[in-house]
Amino acid sequence: MYQYDQYDQAMVDTRVEEFRDQTRRRLEGKISEEQFRPLRLMNGLYLQLHAYMLRVAIPYGTLNSAQMHALADIAEKYDRGYGHFTTRQNIQYNWIKLDEAPDLLADLAKVEMHAIQTSGNCIRNISSDHFAGAAADELIDPRPYAELLRQWSSFHPEFSFLPRKFKIAVIAAEKGRAAMKLHDIGIQIVKNEAGEIGARFYVGGGMGRTPMIAPFIRDFVPLDQLITYAEACLRVYNRYGRRDNKYKARIKILVHELGKDEYTRQVEEEFAHMLEQGIEPPLAELERIKPYFADPAFETGLSTEIDRSDPDFALWVDTNTHPHKAPGYVSAVISLKPVGGIPGDASTEQMHLMAELSKEYSFDESRVTHTQNIVLPHVKIADLHALWTKLEAAGLGSPNLDTIEDIIACPGLDYCSLANARSIPLAQQISERFAKKGRTQELGELKLKISGCINACGHHHAGHIGILGVDKKGVENYQLLLGGSEAEDTALAKITGRGFDEEGIVNAVETVTDIYLAQRTEGERFLDTYRRIGMEPFKEALYD
Amino acid sequence: MTEVLGTSPDDVQFRFRDDEVADHAQVTVDSFLEQTNAVAVRIEPGDDARVLLPFLDRLQLVEVNFPVFGDGRGYSSARVLREAGYTGELRAVGDVLIDQLAYMRRCGFDAFAPDTPLDEDDAEAAFARWENVYQHAADSRRPIPELRHE
Repeated sequence: MYQYDQYDQAMVDTRVEEFRDQTRRRLEGKISEEQFRPLRLMNGLYLQLHAYMLRVAIPYGTLNSAQMHALADIAEKYDRGYGHFTTRQNIQYNWIKLDEAPDLLADLAKVEMHAIQTSGNCIRNISSDHFAGAAADELIDPRPYAELLRQWSSFHPEFSFLPRKFKIAVIAAEKGRAAMKLHDIGIQIVKNEAGEIGARFYVGGGMGRTPMIAPFIRDFVPLDQLITYAEACLRVYNRYGRRDNKYKARIKILVHELGKDEYTRQVEEEFAHMLEQGIEPPLAELERIKPYFADPAFETGLSTEIDRSDPDFALWVDTNTHPHKAPGYVSAVISLKPVGGIPGDASTEQMHLMAELSKEYSFDESRVTHTQNIVLPHVKIADLHALWTKLEAAGLGSPNLDTIEDIIACPGLDYCSLANARSIPLAQQISERFAKKGRTQELGELKLKISGCINACGHHHAGHIGILGVDKKGVENYQLLLGGSEAEDTALAKITGRGFDEEGIVNAVETVTDIYLAQRTEGERFLDTYRRIGMEPFKEALYD
Repeated sequence: MTEVLGTSPDDVQFRFRDDEVADHAQVTVDSFLEQTNAVAVRIEPGDDARVLLPFLDRLQLVEVNFPVFGDGRGYSSARVLREAGYTGELRAVGDVLIDQLAYMRRCGFDAFAPDTPLDEDDAEAAFARWENVYQHAADSRRPIPELRHE
């Protein structure tokens, strides 16, 4: 994986010093809270309901074991012994003290990590496919391009006060595992007819109050123009994105209001101009970055046999592993969704263990998924039983990847100052209900996503089943949505009808799964059945 | 009469030019376009800096107003002008704060007239903080990706 050179290290160290200075000026009263707010936000520091929350960047979700150990240590030293992995492949800590934040950032910098631009109206951490560099179905590893974009977007002088936050995802497979079309810019690395590698740009996707699927605006950007094209996309947005209403300030609204064609025309005009400015990093830089993501030394001639005599192990293998490009290997997913647990949370001890296991079984590498789990990307099939045994013992062996227990949930009203309703207790109740009934496996792939308010941090628009918490005259109320997807078949979920109270929504989820089980045909997922039979049968069961 | 607005030379707290400070009444973009002799103009966030491009030869001062520091359109206005070859004074005015100085400098601003004067030491530290940068902008600094391959 990528390693800092003296330049990268100096940039991060300088940032720590800058933030220390900003914090000093705030504590001395030289700057107001209003002035300090965007500064701390650009260092990932939010003021939440009970304390400061700090979000740490994990570029394209990739970590080595030293970094995972450091995240565990930070949880111990500055928080209450746990951290929360997020839908943007980052980690956040919920109980941070402002005066300790500069020291925390200094600890991060020692392991080549930071919290730069994990919040604020700037270009955020670049996300990617969590199976990048491992998946059997991938064209090429997308992470070198994500790293190039990470550097370009860090401390960008023109784009640090955008109308609103800006999220970029880069993938290189037809399969969608990074919600790419629901980003401000989604980039798919593709091969053209001449066999050259380039970038396909989708612009203007997003969730939030006004969910939109990004239209693609350019089929192929040559690799030696990638940054220039991104710069053109951003400049049009910075100049013309709405600033009169923060709820209409994301680029999706600009693209929607201008129309995809007019936005594209303006980008192309800007792009032609920017090409003359010579702002593209040299191709040699991409070539320098690539070897950091070269394949580890995979062994050959490995066995692909699995002893399935233990049914629990066999179930975990079937559910939580993903095909690997190298024979004899798989990617193994560590579920952070224990039944009744908090989605995405990991304790200090669990993080240390995951770090050790990544070193022992996965070439020192782990990944964070946008579904709030951890991946060991390169595990020998022959090692799976030993790995699973250790995970089981630590409460990390839940066999529930992409099942109804694998819930994405935002922090909700338990932590977040924006939330209208709690998300976490709902996730806990739903996973308990289905686990108790033993119905999780029978339901198969069923992505359930919960947001505690319309900002949609829990991706409810993209859930096969989505739940949105709202405030109804001071009482928490939950709307049910069906039919969303964040994958290659990206779709936005639709609301079933009037909302439910806390108990009612859990029952409602069970009701719609009953309809699915009754109506499905051979091999159909919940989403397929919904698409075939439509909303009506579900509504009838829910409301009649 | 054209409306006279903008900052005077006395308001300029930091300047990175050797020429004499332009002492001209700044006018709005609309007024500027109606005149044939104006040499200074003031850009608001909603103005399109590109309309000034035919007149760069006679412009001596462009003042870019930041009514609130969070509105970043002025950064693009500055770069647009520098990319088109404008070499006159580019003055950032309004809600200009310590932590925006380095970004503004990179986008081509070479004079600063903050509404509230800034602490000189803090400002000096801010201008000098970043030894290197990751990307091209309107200054002549060579970004890290190029320095790596010299």
